[in-house]
Amino acid sequence: MRSVRTLAVAALAVLTVIGPALASEPKQGGILRIYHRDSPGSASIHEGATYSLNVPFMPIYNNLVIFNQHIAQNSVDTIVPELAESWAWSGDGKTLTFKLRKDVKWHDGKPFTSADVKCTFDMLMGKSQQKFRQNPRKSWYDQVNEVTTSGDYEASFNLKRPQPALLSLLASGYTPVYPCHVSAADMRTKPIGTGPFKFIEFKANESIKLTKNPDYFKKGLPYLDSIEFTIIPNRSTAILGFIAGQFDMTFPTEVTIPLLKDVKSQAPKAVCVVEPNNVSTNIIINSSAPPFDNLDIRRALALALDRKAFVSIMFDKQADIGGTMQPGPAGLWAMPQEMLETIPGYGPNIEASRAEARKLMQKAGYGPDKRLAVKVATRNIPIYRDPAIILIDQIKSIYIDGELEVVDTAQWFPKVARKDYSLGLNLTGNAVDDPDQSFYENYSCGSERNYTNYCNKEIEKLFDEQSAETDVAKRKKLTWEIDKKLQEDVARPIIFHSRSGTCWQPYVKGITVMSNSSYNGYRYEDVWLDK
Amino acid sequence: MFAYIVRRLVLMLVTLVGISIIIFVLLRIVPGNIVDILFDAAGFVDPADKANLEKELGLSQPIVVQYLNWIWGLLHGDLGYSYVSEKPALQEILPRIPITARLAGLALLFSASIGIPLGVLSAVHQGTRLDYALRIVSLSGLSLPSFWLGLLILMASVSLFGAMPIFNPNPKTWTEAFAIYAVPAMAVGFRSAALTMRITRSSMLEILRQDFIRTARAKGASERSVNYHHALKNAVLPVITVIGIEAAFLIGGLIVTETVFNIPGIARFLVEALRWRDYPIVQNLVMFIAVVVVVVNFTVDMLYAAIDPRIRYGD
Repeated sequence: MRSVRTLAVAALAVLTVIGPALASEPKQGGILRIYHRDSPGSASIHEGATYSLNVPFMPIYNNLVIFNQHIAQNSVDTIVPELAESWAWSGDGKTLTFKLRKDVKWHDGKPFTSADVKCTFDMLMGKSQQKFRQNPRKSWYDQVNEVTTSGDYEASFNLKRPQPALLSLLASGYTPVYPCHVSAADMRTKPIGTGPFKFIEFKANESIKLTKNPDYFKKGLPYLDSIEFTIIPNRSTAILGFIAGQFDMTFPTEVTIPLLKDVKSQAPKAVCVVEPNNVSTNIIINSSAPPFDNLDIRRALALALDRKAFVSIMFDKQADIGGTMQPGPAGLWAMPQEMLETIPGYGPNIEASRAEARKLMQKAGYGPDKRLAVKVATRNIPIYRDPAIILIDQIKSIYIDGELEVVDTAQWFPKVARKDYSLGLNLTGNAVDDPDQSFYENYSCGSERNYTNYCNKEIEKLFDEQSAETDVAKRKKLTWEIDKKLQEDVARPIIFHSRSGTCWQPYVKGITVMSNSSYNGYRYEDVWLDK
Repeated sequence: MFAYIVRRLVLMLVTLVGISIIIFVLLRIVPGNIVDILFDAAGFVDPADKANLEKELGLSQPIVVQYLNWIWGLLHGDLGYSYVSEKPALQEILPRIPITARLAGLALLFSASIGIPLGVLSAVHQGTRLDYALRIVSLSGLSLPSFWLGLLILMASVSLFGAMPIFNPNPKTWTEAFAIYAVPAMAVGFRSAALTMRITRSSMLEILRQDFIRTARAKGASERSVNYHHALKNAVLPVITVIGIEAAFLIGGLIVTETVFNIPGIARFLVEALRWRDYPIVQNLVMFIAVVVVVVNFTVDMLYAAIDPRIRYGD
């Protein structure tokens, strides 16, 4: 009897240990149904500048290296090999060499070699005969002299100067390797990759379908048979579809904080995650024309901001306040809180800041009897419009009467690029949480995305200094110094860094939402359905 | 009559040529083109690359040449290529037409089959509780925005049935196939039915007061015969006009319904194409809608003559 009992206890113990393991064993098969927020312009990630493209098409491709898809915080320490087996920096930090996998095939059966790596980056650097129709991240490779190959399975990036950030840029969802033998035009409509899923079809405004790549070089992956994206631009319809169970997952980071409450109440079993997405809401000021060519008025504007009010009203307190770099703990390069609070306008006493702002306005010739009338331009979509309205309300306290000027999406970027505004509210997304990407793109003299015309040669030298710095601690300190200076110069006052939600049905397993980028976490090779 | 038809056909042609010029010019007056949108959204603009793309898409040619090229292509069945998808415009537009046509057809069917009988009922029971109730229904149909009604229907479907009748190109059951068109058709057809009902009612009331109706009653005709045989037949002319206008409107005006119910029809496609300044899609789609409107108007005019023998055009 005792032996039977012992056996039963032992069996129970074994089941207790093995049970959950069995339950969490990934299952093969199934279709992952996701709704997509809009119809991407093409299927070519290199030609896109929105994660509307990365989400559905990242599963088709592979990078040389990639941020670990199951660690939410992207950093250089979470980079893992993908098409590369390994990588190594030269002693002088000017050459980055990748040893490539030999067992990789493109979806059309042709072998992947180092020539494809060279082709891709030559095209990105504008050095090849074949050209992309648009090449938004060309500047990422400004420090790359050339890409060379040694045999079929080794490729090296030779740099003009050390740039440790290059590896992070190569690990972004924005940096897949393209096949040499497929034209840029074909990659926009019928993309060929090496990734876990093959492209089936893309019907504009309707759907995007991907199917399992049975010859994927990672054996046993992917788990899913296919992924189907249904394009539903109407957010209410899309969320209702998710609640009704017609979709397994929402479009990543597309569920707003107020909407999240609805989802949780109507689909209580849904798994929802709220993460920062490295998108800042900021004020763009045209400092090359009156009245904002006056530094006092720009400073007054920065002092008038009550950032906590924005966060409370729009995000139910679930957003972050910081400088240019994404705030911690998710952001890797954010300056410490005590340093942030020393920047004018970031202190806890808003009324004192506003009193100071009013003095600056009076110095510039404005006051209760002579108020400054300005138009506040912004895109005609809620995530732009809502904070613009709050901004208009806040700047009333410093004698500025703002009038909202909503601009059609198609006209917004052309308008700001030609500096046809005096005050605007803008959103800036960062694909990689790294100062190189953020500083050069948004604040360097002459950059097309430097909408505010801010140009400070002294700070540019600091950009280069931090970019070449290989000691992470030193680079961080330099970054903080630059970020503080940018805020003090009112280059592009940052109001807040948003957070957003992603939800999926409880049977969807293996999803990790990145916490410091919205662009890098969609390979979906080991996502599976527990049903 | 023949002379009238020929005159109308010539006028149709002139109208379509005029519309084609207006579409073409208006599209190019709107600031920004596809190249601006692509490049400016992406940043880091190289003016040479931008100029190359404009040249590749034919946007650097004089506007008259661009217009003539388009018309020449149109006459030869070549609608050009979508700037965004880079597929032939015809291939992009054609599959969407039956979807919208099916939806518009069902909405019209709903509108006529509900609006006309209820309009008659309301007229023949003028001043009764039934009349007031039906008038409230028709007023609410005219007042409720279709996007709001659509969302309400979707929310009710999710809440009651745990499912939502949004578009699915491969429905599994016939009920699903029916629901994905019928439910949005009802949402949009409700407004249309309300309008049809009001027109039918007022037209019927006018006819019911005519001498020949009194004569029919005096001769002992049944109420049913008076209402449906004598009155409705004469009251139906303005109803046909309204249905004709609605039919033309529905072909291009279903944007809200197509968006709420996620139906990949031509109206939503048109708005999306406009957002991208995808000229080949926009100008060909608007042209298609213009042709539908002109043809429907022509058909309505012809129906007048067929239904009312007193009308003899050109005589």
